[in-house]
Amino acid sequence: MKDKKEKSSNSEFTPKVVGFLCNWCTYAAADLAGGSRLEIPSSFSVVRVMCSSRIDHNLLLTTFFKGADGILVAGCHPGDCHYGEGNYYARRRFAQLKKVMETLDLDPERLELVWVSAAEGNRYAEVVSDFTEKIRKLGPNPMNSSTRF
Amino acid sequence: MSSITIEKSASKGINDLLRHLLSTGKVDAVLAMRMMPDTGAWDLALVTDVKNLKELKPLAPVMTVNASQVLSNLSLSGKKIAAVLKPCELRAFVERVKREQGSLENLFTISHTCGGVFPLDLVAEGKVDRLLPKYEKVVSAGEIPSNIRDTCKACEHFIPMNADIMVSAAGECKPGEGCMIYLNSDKAREALSECTGEHGSAVLDSTSLEKLATARAREREKLFSSIEKDCSGLDGLVNIFGKCVGCHGCSRVCPICYCTLCDFESINFDYNLPYFEEHLARKGALRLPPDTMLFHMGRLTHMSFSCVGCGMCSDVCPVGIPVAAVFSRTGESTASIFDYLPGRDVTEEIPVMIFKEEEFPELG
Ligand code: SF4
Ligand code: SF4
Ligand code: FES
Repeated sequence: MKDKKEKSSNSEFTPKVVGFLCNWCTYAAADLAGGSRLEIPSSFSVVRVMCSSRIDHNLLLTTFFKGADGILVAGCHPGDCHYGEGNYYARRRFAQLKKVMETLDLDPERLELVWVSAAEGNRYAEVVSDFTEKIRKLGPNPMNSSTRF
Repeated sequence: MSSITIEKSASKGINDLLRHLLSTGKVDAVLAMRMMPDTGAWDLALVTDVKNLKELKPLAPVMTVNASQVLSNLSLSGKKIAAVLKPCELRAFVERVKREQGSLENLFTISHTCGGVFPLDLVAEGKVDRLLPKYEKVVSAGEIPSNIRDTCKACEHFIPMNADIMVSAAGECKPGEGCMIYLNSDKAREALSECTGEHGSAVLDSTSLEKLATARAREREKLFSSIEKDCSGLDGLVNIFGKCVGCHGCSRVCPICYCTLCDFESINFDYNLPYFEEHLARKGALRLPPDTMLFHMGRLTHMSFSCVGCGMCSDVCPVGIPVAAVFSRTGESTASIFDYLPGRDVTEEIPVMIFKEEEFPELG
């Protein structure tokens, strides 16, 4: 954590960013972005979930512990969840994890939540590029360099 | 509020009250701390025969298990039980009821103003009896005994929040001045209408507890800032949780961790060859047992907003990790974003089971 500042100058660093995308909206937006030949950072890996509410804390924590430099959680806009209320619950759970990371001083900026609808292909491309760039500046996840846990 | 004054010490007064409840058949059983007179051993006991009541020490500063855990199934048995609980045990039970792990319906919850409990090693070493006189003196002066659990020193909720019956055992209760009992519910008033003592109406004089409240708040700040300093950031967390042997004792004794199949004990964390290969390919070395830190991070996110700070986890940790302090500090902070206070009110839903349409505008 301490050394992230020095590493941030490293423009060679390609961050591993994992996106958990809701099948009904953001995943479709990703398809649309692909179909429209928009550029998406090649280091961005997608996990398709049926709803943002499927994502439990251990899934996200495990992803960090396995070395992801950043995690993007994306679902339908509030009110538009395919299952009605899933994303409202997801938002609460997300807020909770973010707060835990903040309290423990564990780089909460590496975790982000966005709402992207199926029609927002352009926005999808933007969100992914911006977040990847933000993580590149933050530098590698320090969890990767410790063998003590 | 209705009250009963018994011209005896608080510990004798509460025994009278329990005897009254059991002998008149108002309850089928009594749950409280007990000390065996022959060996001096402490445990939590369920008593159905009046003759066994004399061994009970309901107000003793001892917590061998968080009673809310064992009360879950008992509370669903259909029997009427008078349960003497520390304020944090009662709050934990309320959290369990919210998770459908028990019911308040057949219970008489009895709690008391709490001076804190001794760590289990002092209990196991048989030192309680010897330490008790000094403890009582310090507590009745509104001060914090130096040898109680760390999280008790830092506990601000030592006045029970919603017990049917509350006994004044710290602060206003001075030896010889009689035992004050407050009745907070109809069922308590009904059950105790014929209990001997002077019936009247009074409210707990919390001014006598202000000194203690201030001292506790100061301790809390001290404890949390030392945890912030030593046990946060990746390095800090690795330093403390790097000692963890992975016994999961802390979660076993936790009244909030009720899952019979904890994710961390499930096949999801059953380590196999591909796991080791993947991990070693990335890092070249692996700490065993694996994922002890992930276990704590996971538990912190799953349940810390409901942590009542009883301190059981720190007490059972074989390697001295200040689990309770880390959990209570993190829990206070997660609960605060939902305006939540664990155990305050049984009708207040746990934060992850509800939502508001408009909230957390900074997210998403
Ligand atoms: S945490 Fe508070 S209520 Fe619980 S035993 Fe300690 S002082 Fe009493
Ligand atoms: S009790 Fe201590 S050693 Fe056991 S799992 Fe908890 S923190 Fe680790
Ligand atoms: S279906 Fe997309 S967030 Fe629930």
